[in-house]
Amino acid sequence: MNLVIRGGTIVGPDTVFRADIRIESGVIVAVGEALSTANATIIDASGCWVGPAFVDIHTHLREPGREAAETIASGALAAAMGGFSAVVAMPNTEPALDNVPLVSYVLAQGAKTAIDVAVAGAITLGRKGESLAPLAELAALGVRLFTDDGTGVQNPLVMRRALEYAAPLGLRLAQHCEDEQLANGGVMNEGVLSAQLGLAGRSAVAEELMVQRDIALVRLTGGRVHFLHLSTATSLAMVTAARLEGLDVTCEVAPHHFVLSEEACRTFDPQFKVHPPLRPEADRAALHAALSTGAIDAVATDHAPHTPELKDLAFDEAPAGMLGLEHVAALTNEALGANPVAFFNLLSRGPARIAQLRASDARVGLSAHGGVIMVGEDANVVVFDPSQTWVGDRNALHSKATNTPYHGRPLVGRVRSTIVKGRLVVHEGVLQ
Amino acid sequence: MSIRGANLLTLDGMSREAILDVLDTAESFFEVNQRTIKKVPVLKGRVVASLFFEESTRTRLSFETAAKRLGADVVSLAVASSSVKKGESLRDTISTIDALGLDAVVLRHRSSGAALQVSRYVPHVRVVNAGDGQHQHPTQGLLDAFTVRQILAERHGVVASVSGSSLFEGLRVLIVGDIRHSRVARSDIAAYSALGAEVKVAAPGTLLPPSLEGWPVTVSSDFEEALAWADVVGLLRLQHERGTGSYVPSLSEFTSTFGLTATRVPLLKPDAIVMHPGPMNRGVEIDSDVADLPQSVITRQVANGVPVRMAVLYLSLAEKKEL
Repeated sequence: MNLVIRGGTIVGPDTVFRADIRIESGVIVAVGEALSTANATIIDASGCWVGPAFVDIHTHLREPGREAAETIASGALAAAMGGFSAVVAMPNTEPALDNVPLVSYVLAQGAKTAIDVAVAGAITLGRKGESLAPLAELAALGVRLFTDDGTGVQNPLVMRRALEYAAPLGLRLAQHCEDEQLANGGVMNEGVLSAQLGLAGRSAVAEELMVQRDIALVRLTGGRVHFLHLSTATSLAMVTAARLEGLDVTCEVAPHHFVLSEEACRTFDPQFKVHPPLRPEADRAALHAALSTGAIDAVATDHAPHTPELKDLAFDEAPAGMLGLEHVAALTNEALGANPVAFFNLLSRGPARIAQLRASDARVGLSAHGGVIMVGEDANVVVFDPSQTWVGDRNALHSKATNTPYHGRPLVGRVRSTIVKGRLVVHEGVLQ
Repeated sequence: MSIRGANLLTLDGMSREAILDVLDTAESFFEVNQRTIKKVPVLKGRVVASLFFEESTRTRLSFETAAKRLGADVVSLAVASSSVKKGESLRDTISTIDALGLDAVVLRHRSSGAALQVSRYVPHVRVVNAGDGQHQHPTQGLLDAFTVRQILAERHGVVASVSGSSLFEGLRVLIVGDIRHSRVARSDIAAYSALGAEVKVAAPGTLLPPSLEGWPVTVSSDFEEALAWADVVGLLRLQHERGTGSYVPSLSEFTSTFGLTATRVPLLKPDAIVMHPGPMNRGVEIDSDVADLPQSVITRQVANGVPVRMAVLYLSLAEKKEL
């Protein structure tokens, strides 16, 4: 299939320019003015940004174990609709992705989808936080990120050993930072509002203590940590300081933490329950402001499907987590304003670097993502209309689950086309 | 923000007028309860479901008695002891019960916010919160205020229902114990402060909420001084069966520091009113002998539960707007 993307604004790592793109056999073969459209499907990109398709480094695909909420296939469709050419599947499936056969299974299922599905392996066996998973064996399959996400590695000695072991293998450990003993089963941010609502709180300090601990462990071991879904201004400030110090730390922010505040919990609607919890407005505003400063490497969805029956439980009994793949681009666009460079850095280039999915990285069986639009690059490209308005609708999602907190919310900016390995997967906003 | 034709989910933010509306209505039902024939069939033909997802004796009996005295048909489901267990969808349970054709649901649930959630599932049904987790227990707050006003009205020789909120002006209320986990404390504080009383709380540091910002209370730094200061002392149940015991070194230390023990009774004003929402842990938050002193109005609180809940059901349902 030959494609010509015509009339769009190409977004590079630093600048934007007007050009057409021609794609043949999965590769960008021409970038320039008024390219020939011979034997090609034409994609009209006027008024749109054209850049590397998005990469989500924090996607819960639920397979194996909870296929009623999401499968690798359905999650991939949702990802493509959201403009993603690659996702990193999180390992907190049932059972956890802590061994070669299971990781191979997910990679094989992923290979049947229209996008690239990478895998994050568990740091410890069964995500129990006790003994190390076979990191080197999994690395041989192409796994580059490891995490016990869902929870963090609670025991500091285990985390130290994991960092020491992973560092020479070139692997990065991604941490869900919350000290579970201090969080003490809380269900929303601890503070004025949790006290008023009679809901058990998860203290911001539970997150910040582990961020601080892991920075110290990185300093001690020379390892690499990626901080998942930072939710407080203090956490981000600590990571920024660690980076200035020269430590190899990266961080992501989830859209709900810069779009929503804990005020949403007043409704007791479990759609707003998530870990780490939605924080006070001051934290939300700080994360929002930091999106365009370079302090945040990636926006990552923490896409967490749950079946309706689980989200119909009482707030304290319902599972934590919300969908994100199909709305994150609009939410990030809205938060950034007209800032296409930051937009693609946060949604594509930054996450691709962390996941080691770029052209220069040693990938196994996956194409290159998060690159620049130039001749010879793998054609993982998204066409995004930054001014199209639409409304979030839980019944129009491609995920199996419907637990979006953005139902009925006006959104600005929408994916027009997603091209993965040269194939037009989403065209005119519709799955092909 | 009246409860007429509306749900009763929380006292937080409820106006003085709305609270007085309930208290005054309850006064007339109190008269009814003194008669030989205690029925006023104003809710005849209406169906009230009493759904208790958590063990309760007095609140459930009180609500069901109130509904029956108003002539309503009562569908009672003690869910805590039925097949419905933790993890069953709240929406499914409510939908099943709603198929019976309900006008009102009285809901007790172990989870904060459950009553508000249910009100979204069945918008055509009036929902009365009979206690949700650690959030609110509105009828307890109302009956406590009702009881205090009734006692003060008797003392002053005035008619409670014409006294408005005047008897609460300058009234000093001390609430003692596990404020952190208590829905009763949250509702009591909202009711008393809306009516004009001054509220102080006394508790070990671990049993205060993580933040009291915005709460219309001050924190006592000296429990015994606060006892001498108070016109009303509201004790709370220490819910050690839910693990709150780990918030204090031992029950005996809690009793020795924050219990209303016999040795502390002389500190109280002679006419101080001692209250407890029940069930009491005799020997923990209150000495057994103290619970039976004349200042203690605990059985009166229980008795007043019926007229107050009659008022709540009547106001919420009798003037229900047809949808």
